[in-house]
Amino acid sequence: MPNKEIAEPGRTMTLEAFADTMLPGARRFVGDRAVAGVLTGGGAVASGAVTVLEMSAPGISAGLDDLVKLLNEHAALYAEQHGLAGDESVPAFVSLPFEHRTQLARQLLAPGHPEKEFWVLLALFSYMAFDGAPHMHTTDALAAGHPGLTAMGFARPDADGLWRFPAYSYGRPLAAIHPDTTPSGSPA
Amino acid sequence: MTATASPSGTTERTDVLVIGSGFGGAIAAYHLAAGGARVVILERGPWLNGEDFDHDYLLGSSYTRVFDFVAGDGMSLLGGNCVGGGSVVYFAALPRAPRFAFERHGSIGRRMWPAGISRDSLEPWYDRVAEAIPVSRQDWSDVPYAGGLWAAACNHSGRTANPVPVGIETDKCVNCNWMMAGCRFDAKRSLLFNYLPAALSHGADIRPLHEVQRLSRTDDGGYRVHYNVIDDEDYRISTGSGAIDAKIVIVAAGAGATPVILQRSEAELGPMPYAVGRFFSGNGERLNTAIINEERVREVLGLSRDDGRVYEAFQIGKGPAVANWDRLDASLPEYSRYSLEQLYFPPGLGTILAQVPGASAPTWFGKAKREMLEQWKSWLIIFQMIEDDNEGVFGPPPPTGNAVRISQQMLGRGALRYAPTMNTIRGWAAADAEVKEILERDGLATVAPWTNDVVGAYTVHPLASCRIGDDPATSALDDKHELRGHPGIFVTDGSAVPGALTVNPAMTIAALAERAMPAIVEAARQRGVEVRYGAPAPDGSTNGRRGVTPLVPSLVRD
Repeated sequence: MPNKEIAEPGRTMTLEAFADTMLPGARRFVGDRAVAGVLTGGGAVASGAVTVLEMSAPGISAGLDDLVKLLNEHAALYAEQHGLAGDESVPAFVSLPFEHRTQLARQLLAPGHPEKEFWVLLALFSYMAFDGAPHMHTTDALAAGHPGLTAMGFARPDADGLWRFPAYSYGRPLAAIHPDTTPSGSPA
Repeated sequence: MTATASPSGTTERTDVLVIGSGFGGAIAAYHLAAGGARVVILERGPWLNGEDFDHDYLLGSSYTRVFDFVAGDGMSLLGGNCVGGGSVVYFAALPRAPRFAFERHGSIGRRMWPAGISRDSLEPWYDRVAEAIPVSRQDWSDVPYAGGLWAAACNHSGRTANPVPVGIETDKCVNCNWMMAGCRFDAKRSLLFNYLPAALSHGADIRPLHEVQRLSRTDDGGYRVHYNVIDDEDYRISTGSGAIDAKIVIVAAGAGATPVILQRSEAELGPMPYAVGRFFSGNGERLNTAIINEERVREVLGLSRDDGRVYEAFQIGKGPAVANWDRLDASLPEYSRYSLEQLYFPPGLGTILAQVPGASAPTWFGKAKREMLEQWKSWLIIFQMIEDDNEGVFGPPPPTGNAVRISQQMLGRGALRYAPTMNTIRGWAAADAEVKEILERDGLATVAPWTNDVVGAYTVHPLASCRIGDDPATSALDDKHELRGHPGIFVTDGSAVPGALTVNPAMTIAALAERAMPAIVEAARQRGVEVRYGAPAPDGSTNGRRGVTPLVPSLVRD
């Protein structure tokens, strides 16, 4: 975790707001500003996005301060260009309504944006928190009701923590095979 | 028969140094070791087996240890990063390439394959591989729900569909769909079960976590191979370095790494052939994700599972199971032929690029995308392999390895640039349209291709970055896989394949490596190594050897 004394102000909140823009979810508490609350159920933030971003393994934690600063600079400029009233009690990106967070994220992630590569990394690991829970053993994540994996309907493992699907096939021919298939089962 | 220290005690020596332990490296190591040569294999990734293969997306589990994702400019690559290479992480689809693939002209206006190689002439070498890695023709009862659904949809639109031949022991397979993390149940017949243990039994020495950086020459006409030792957990960290001298070097680091090693060696070895790091092909790959309408599938296709559900089975299975091969038709013009293969792609990287069918931007993130993820059980992925145009070019190599590593494992930034030509773009568009036509017919599903806007196009089968051919201007290797202008260096991995195959390429990569062996053995003999060609299959079977015996003299004669 970053040293809170030197971390960019609003670092966690800004990262949460970005992750919520990628895969949005419900507000966690009354007055939650980072999560816009445009959907019910947990999104990337509740799935652990900030924890994933702050881990050393993905390799981007050292650059997060810079990304947060840059994101809020972009947001301030965006708000000015669109005549949006800022709320100085929260970081500039957090103060944007969800639709505008989305529009700004689209711009930053678009092919040709000079910083695209960095925003893609932020998006990638925010996203992975939801669809893979890479900060937890998958078995633990499912047992704990991890929002992303649960919402996706990821199956529970067997008692030994391994997945097996004894029922897996419709078990009957469902199409004619290609007439030129060779004895090895390959195309001719 | 392992490497020995040199008289000066400073540099190890071996007869043959093999870079990489995937199909190209393992096959070469086996034949050379079995023939009597001292063989050392340097593998950049770890050495895992059986119970090391986790069912876990936790960063640091086998899922992130054994494969490598390299983001390029316009194309990203997924490859193996472990002993056994791609064979450990792949989905074990082993079709032979269609006959027309060998006749392709591609971007050079004339046949790109060497005159000596056609489907017919490669057939005995395919047979050799099939003896070493038994290929199962799946029965319909082996085909998981997702493959069955794809077959039924193809049938409904008047098309055929084939269970894909696989290197899987179906009796052991539990359809867990964790194949990309390595097979926990020893059902996948990876190289860990055939060529590699056979090479070991003949004295080959496999060194994991040894990442080759470059080659230089030795005074005796051989090569010195320089490597870094990679930390077992954090691949960004190098814990040491060293060098080994060898009379013959086989570069089989994968199409995303072989050209990088050779480019980095250029300062000491002298100019590389023009085609090193050029003519890269992503095997024309692209993915589509469909969201299945369960009720329509019940009504239109009449499918249902024993428990009454219709499908909801995206997670169940074993990679690709069924392919549509109707467009693998030699009478069609080049760039219009492709296969459409049902495929599982796991979370972690397999959902972010999927676009919401019919959505306005943003299509790959946001509200609609989260809602799409809630239908994940009803997803179906179709993998298209078209004929691309060998557009990829590698820029200057990174300081070490094949990429600047971002994450401790798995993710790096590489130097590949890929700008698809209109031929490739049209091929993808035609395949997209056909997938849509099949799956949206009668409301079975809604479908959209993966976006290329995030990490470019995306391939799990990088090819052709150091390819064989007859023309020195457009091929880095001669038809015996020897690097032009650098005798004694051979390349036997996917980078040697001249172009996109329209099917999964592992079988063809392996067959070409088998075919390259007589000439490599002969080159070793000419350099004073006591080695003979003629090993049986790794399990001792001899039918394959019998089949290729008549061909061997023509492959070693200059």
